[in-house]
Amino acid sequence: MTEFTPIAATIGGILIGLAAAMMMLFEGRIAGISGILSGALKKSDGTPPAWQATFLGGLVLGGIVLTAAQGFVERDFVMTELSISPVLAIAAGLLVGFGTRLGNGCTSGHGVCGIPRLSMRSILATLTFMAAAAATVYLTNHVFAFGGLS
Amino acid sequence: MIRQLLVLFSGFVFALGLGISEMTRPEKVLGFLDIFGDWDPSLAFVMGGAIVVYAGALQIVKHRNRPQFGKRFRIPTRSEITPSLIIGAAIFGIGWGLAGFCPGPGIVAAAGLVTPALFFLPSLIAGILIHRWLFD
Repeated sequence: MTEFTPIAATIGGILIGLAAAMMMLFEGRIAGISGILSGALKKSDGTPPAWQATFLGGLVLGGIVLTAAQGFVERDFVMTELSISPVLAIAAGLLVGFGTRLGNGCTSGHGVCGIPRLSMRSILATLTFMAAAAATVYLTNHVFAFGGLS
Repeated sequence: MIRQLLVLFSGFVFALGLGISEMTRPEKVLGFLDIFGDWDPSLAFVMGGAIVVYAGALQIVKHRNRPQFGKRFRIPTRSEITPSLIIGAAIFGIGWGLAGFCPGPGIVAAAGLVTPALFFLPSLIAGILIHRWLFD
């Protein structure tokens, strides 16, 4: 359904790797988005904005710039043509939020930052969420027909 | 100040990477996960590119005592494989497969006012808080 875009994917991956590398080399922090979002949701103790909130600000800024850039370069960065119902999106959010905290990480923390460390926890977590996600896509689109692709 | 700006810049570059690779588009993510259907392997190259660059950064870390600004390198040291690690990853995977958003792309797409992401993001935050109430 979507085109195979290995070059754009590799360039994007390199940028993600560079961003995560900056967080480690400057701050000594793992760029795991679920952990950063969770950290930003902690009560403030009166100190200046936590680094987590600043990083999330960068993500939001990036989203705004990407959205604005779409009109100029005739490429889609931040948009979808799929009809993903609110109910599906809300259920997905609850599962992703709860699951990433229970499993201590998501695609970025376990995948991007964990696999290069050869962390067995991260490698197993990545294999598990990839397999669960692929099974879910199969079931919701090819067995039942309520997924975004069906 | 420069320290805060570099953290902001890291987040910004992270978002650009997600956008250019189109991980911010659910069709691209679901197409990658749809290995029994019309498979689009692009996102394996995202992970590959990111892992190679980050592995290089870890080599630099090896030769340094501390990060540029932070007190120390906070690299996770846990090694035990727990049920919660695997169950949590499985629950996350189910949610990821439902709508095609993981946390980073969900935030970036919500910033771009993509409709399903505007439902996904508050619910993502609720999921994190529910976990906190139950387990903290």
